[in-house]
Amino acid sequence: MFPRPIQQSSRQTQILYQVALPIALVVWLLPLLGVAVTSLRPSSDLAAGNYFGLPSAIAFDNYAAVFRNSPIASYILNSFKVTIPTVIGAVALSCMTGFALAVYKFRGNVLIFFLFVAGNFVPFQILMVPVRDLTLQMGLYDTTLGLALFHIAFQTGFCTLFMRNFIRALPYELIEAARVEGVSEIRIFWYVVLPLMRPAIAALSVLIFTFIWNDYFWATVLTTGAATQPVTAGLYSLNGQWVAAWHLVSAGSIIAAMPPVLMFFLMQKHFIAGLTLGAVK
Amino acid sequence: MPTFFKMHQRRLAPWLFLAPGALFFLFYVIAPIFESMALSLYDWDGLGEATWIGFGNYVELIGDEAFYISLKNNVLWLVLYMLAIPFGLMIAIFLNQTVWGIRAYKSLFFFPFVISQVVVGLMFSWFYAPNFGLLYTIIEAITGQGVAILADERYVTYGIIAAGLWPQIAYVMILYLTGLNNVAPDQIEAARLDGAKGWKMLWYVILPQLRPATFIAVVVTVIGALRSFDLVSIMTDGGPYGSSRVLSFYMYEQALSEYGYRMGYGAAIAVVLFAIMMVFITGFIWKMWRDEKDH
Repeated sequence: MFPRPIQQSSRQTQILYQVALPIALVVWLLPLLGVAVTSLRPSSDLAAGNYFGLPSAIAFDNYAAVFRNSPIASYILNSFKVTIPTVIGAVALSCMTGFALAVYKFRGNVLIFFLFVAGNFVPFQILMVPVRDLTLQMGLYDTTLGLALFHIAFQTGFCTLFMRNFIRALPYELIEAARVEGVSEIRIFWYVVLPLMRPAIAALSVLIFTFIWNDYFWATVLTTGAATQPVTAGLYSLNGQWVAAWHLVSAGSIIAAMPPVLMFFLMQKHFIAGLTLGAVK
Repeated sequence: MPTFFKMHQRRLAPWLFLAPGALFFLFYVIAPIFESMALSLYDWDGLGEATWIGFGNYVELIGDEAFYISLKNNVLWLVLYMLAIPFGLMIAIFLNQTVWGIRAYKSLFFFPFVISQVVVGLMFSWFYAPNFGLLYTIIEAITGQGVAILADERYVTYGIIAAGLWPQIAYVMILYLTGLNNVAPDQIEAARLDGAKGWKMLWYVILPQLRPATFIAVVVTVIGALRSFDLVSIMTDGGPYGSSRVLSFYMYEQALSEYGYRMGYGAAIAVVLFAIMMVFITGFIWKMWRDEKDH
């Protein structure tokens, strides 16, 4: 069940493989393609029962209509207001925690590390009521700041795991050498380790951006209404309003999916490096 | 005090670096776990005074049929979600070739994982939609009668799990593709010379080399299955008649329901889910800790 490199097989198999690839891809992405086509279909097609045929016209107007008739622009802005501070905050905090856990030996190091790891896996629901309460008490309920603060704290768990393992793989001699020279610990962090962490920072930033952009649960728990809700929660309420207006739902979905998709295609190498950390020894 | 700091900086530095992140994490993640546990012993509507009722919420859970439906669905999710691992491996092996454009294929196959589950849920709702959905039409063409998957208590959970598997398979696939990059080609050649092929090749030669990838794949799949909330909320809102609820969704529904908040009861459901997850988390951590010691 482990095929040889295709170059070693017969001409026939090679052609078969080349043909199978696009077919498999189309089947795999069928739901996505369906929605993409529907988002460009004029509503008259849907009314006439033309769900699968070629659209009678390409209706970019569906996209314009989504922006005209719904607060989606505001939802998207809110998503950015939550996502960008979270990326900055979680990456900054975890550079420091990761450094502390990777470089120093002290009592409780491993325990603290595993606390971060375990916390990162817990079900959201066990945090829901207390976090909602905290946010209410701080006067941050229904604000993008309140949502971002929680995300920063929670993502610090995963980011710490990532950063700590990354720093551990760096050559320790660099730090030793700097210490011998009498460089202070803070300067070691800033001038020796941080410049080497660039690839990890890039990978985590893309990954956290996608995670937070796509978050739905916390968006519904901590925000209400178009003034503060990010696009995932917004899409849910729009779906309720646009019953059976599938051309609008589809266009809205595509708009909401765009930023992480662009991020992924622009930063693909970093994204996959982040995701597959630990998948190879 | 600068001299004091200078003398002890190797001892103080880790704590200073840790403090902001760790305190933040303690405040927002660790402490709330214990608060929820405490809260599960109270009856509280989120506004007035909370009344201590001991294990009352848990006693109520034992007699709550909706709780068992959610629990049963969680088990279904957990078991069926594991399909993502063989399927992901299959696609990864299929794509593990070097032909023109293969990189683009790999990223396009990975696509579903990048999209929000809300969007995935909407896509599959459209796919399943009665009368005109693609799947409905196909079933109708074959059997003469369409099935409204999301409106049928018998199929609804399977329909949602299938939607969840789509991005999960993509995730597992990318883990295995990276793993396959690191499989030693000379070992495969050697195994071939020894006459290994077919399933034996996969089982005895390839899979052992993919163990780190498999471990991560199992971890993310288990966590993903037990975290399922978005798709249930988007696709069915727990319906029809609550038949597609899972614990995470039932908890949310109880705690922030339209008919009044039952924070204590919700917390009790969350504690049960937490306990189930803790079994797996402990296992993962134990394995990581062992690897760490061998390091």
